[in-house]
Amino acid sequence: MLRVEGLSKHFGGFTAVDNVDFSLEKGEILGLIGPNGSGKSTIFNMLSGTLKPNAGSIQLEGKEIAGTPPHAICGMGVGRTFQIPRPIRRLSILENAALAGYYGQAGAVTREQAWRSAEEALEMVGLPTNADASIDTLGAAGLKKLELAKALATKPSLLLADESLGGLDHSEMDQAADMLKNIRAELGITIIWVEHIMGVLMRVVDRVMVLDHGEKIAEGRPQDVAADPKVIEVYLGSDADEVAAAASRA
Amino acid sequence: MNSKLLIAVIAAILVALPFIGLDSYPLHLVIVILIWSFAYTGWSIMGRFGLVSLGHGAFMAIGGYVTALLWNELGLSPWIGIPVAMICAGGMAVLIGYPCFRFRIVGHYFALVTLALSEVVRQVIIATRDTTGGSLGYTPERHGDGWSVIALQSDDRTIFYFVALFVWMAGIVIWRMVDRSMARYALEAISEDEDASAAVGVQVTKEKLKVTVLSAVMTAFAGAMYCQYQMFISPDTIGGVGISLQIVFAVVVGGIYNSLGPTIGAVITLLLAEVLRIWIGTEAACITDKICLNVAGVPLLVYGIMLVLFIIFLPKGIVGACADRWRARGNNGALAK
Ligand SMILES: Nc1ncnc2c1ncn2[C@@H]1O[C@H](COP(=O)(O)OP(=O)(O)OP(=O)(O)O)[C@@H](O)[C@H]1O
Ligand SMILES: [Mg+2]
Repeated sequence: MLRVEGLSKHFGGFTAVDNVDFSLEKGEILGLIGPNGSGKSTIFNMLSGTLKPNAGSIQLEGKEIAGTPPHAICGMGVGRTFQIPRPIRRLSILENAALAGYYGQAGAVTREQAWRSAEEALEMVGLPTNADASIDTLGAAGLKKLELAKALATKPSLLLADESLGGLDHSEMDQAADMLKNIRAELGITIIWVEHIMGVLMRVVDRVMVLDHGEKIAEGRPQDVAADPKVIEVYLGSDADEVAAAASRA
Repeated sequence: MNSKLLIAVIAAILVALPFIGLDSYPLHLVIVILIWSFAYTGWSIMGRFGLVSLGHGAFMAIGGYVTALLWNELGLSPWIGIPVAMICAGGMAVLIGYPCFRFRIVGHYFALVTLALSEVVRQVIIATRDTTGGSLGYTPERHGDGWSVIALQSDDRTIFYFVALFVWMAGIVIWRMVDRSMARYALEAISEDEDASAAVGVQVTKEKLKVTVLSAVMTAFAGAMYCQYQMFISPDTIGGVGISLQIVFAVVVGGIYNSLGPTIGAVITLLLAEVLRIWIGTEAACITDKICLNVAGVPLLVYGIMLVLFIIFLPKGIVGACADRWRARGNNGALAK
């Protein structure tokens, strides 16, 4: 469904993403991991049109979308979350999702349809659907859920979930993992899931791709990747135990 | 009180106004207030979304001058001239808005670009003084006495009053239509976070352009109305930076987030200007023979002081502050029960 070739992005003289290739099958969950600053979010920004790549091609269902504006890519069925949640504070929770439901779906929809898909999306992630629930009632985990609900309200076929942020405890991370599994099972949505720690991600994804300094250094089944010496080296230090744990779990 | 009843009473008073012995000077003031209210309402349709334009004097001038020039030079009736003027203003809005929105010129920078537009249009009027009369002003030719449908001219204030009343109401209706549309959600979102809005499918540039063109076209219409009513326009009365600022002052004073805010702003600022004019007179006020105040600048000075006070103490304007108080009282009442 997605085929990425030679994707690169420079910021001034700094190369954030360096000649990355990968592809994605329909219905798959691909884990995208790598240490801080390895270029994961930058790849998402290019896939969703927020940033223009300097080189490379991105083909969605055989159609080149590199450099297409973000609203158009959204309309083609690619939903995304932002790593740092970006809710519209002056709209309610429901209105945030409804905005996405109205403008983000392929083709024209009525207001009723938009509000219905907003409610469905909020139910899916477990947020309140009453009309006036304010953004200010949400904590860090709630805001992440709202990011997901906004993306889901656009009825995507591909979901780019940028979840890599501290601030969630273990049970909340498990919850997030279950949610993504549910989303695929119930809605049949293909997912790319970004994390910088391997933990929970490993037991949900079909395949993992590891980035380091903008380059792809490994790709494959979770247990193989976790055992890869190059990956272990990158993660040596703070996350080394975690990698070992993940490998044994997988 | 029942708000429907309140509206009915106000409507009845407004309709009865010319017949209850309101003589020509107060009626004139009311007409002028209605026309300006429509312009202010047009400005606030985009201003409330953080699109602060200091260029609306330009749109107003385009409305007035294009209509009058087409009538005098080509004999085109304002029935055609006004739509043409509105199209010109809309085109100008696209010309200035598209590059701004495309290249993300927002906030203060957008205000500065539009401020330049005000001045450019004023300079064009002055540079073409052989046709437009420059800063001396311009007068549409009279089409006989009495009132003429084809020339949209009238000696009769009452007729103009009803036209202005209708136009003003149409302005309020348009404001409310935008307020209830999906575009409002999109524009609120855009004003807060353009990237996040685009990521959920909002076409940022297009939504901003749509509301800017609507606002410009309404303001041009107000300019044309003003011209038809006053039968005299000049860069200082309907264009330039002064008028652009006056529009912003009035809306901030009245309230930018309420449909009636711009109207209340018009009532306050125009009455104030009138009082100042009568009070100070039209001659230069001299403290000594060297130091003279330019009286034309006095209302602007007062506006400026008011603007600062309002932004600090009543950022939602008079109507917004009243609405908040009203709501707070309602809630307390509910709690007491
Ligand atoms: N707009 C930008 N301008 C300049 N540099 C940027 C920009 N966006 C990202 N970078 C840099 O590119 C590199 C990759 O950033 P990116 O956000 O993609 O990392 P990441 O893998 O998502 O990291 P994290 O796990 O911390 O989220 C970082 O060094 C970052 O500082
Ligand atoms: Mg990131």
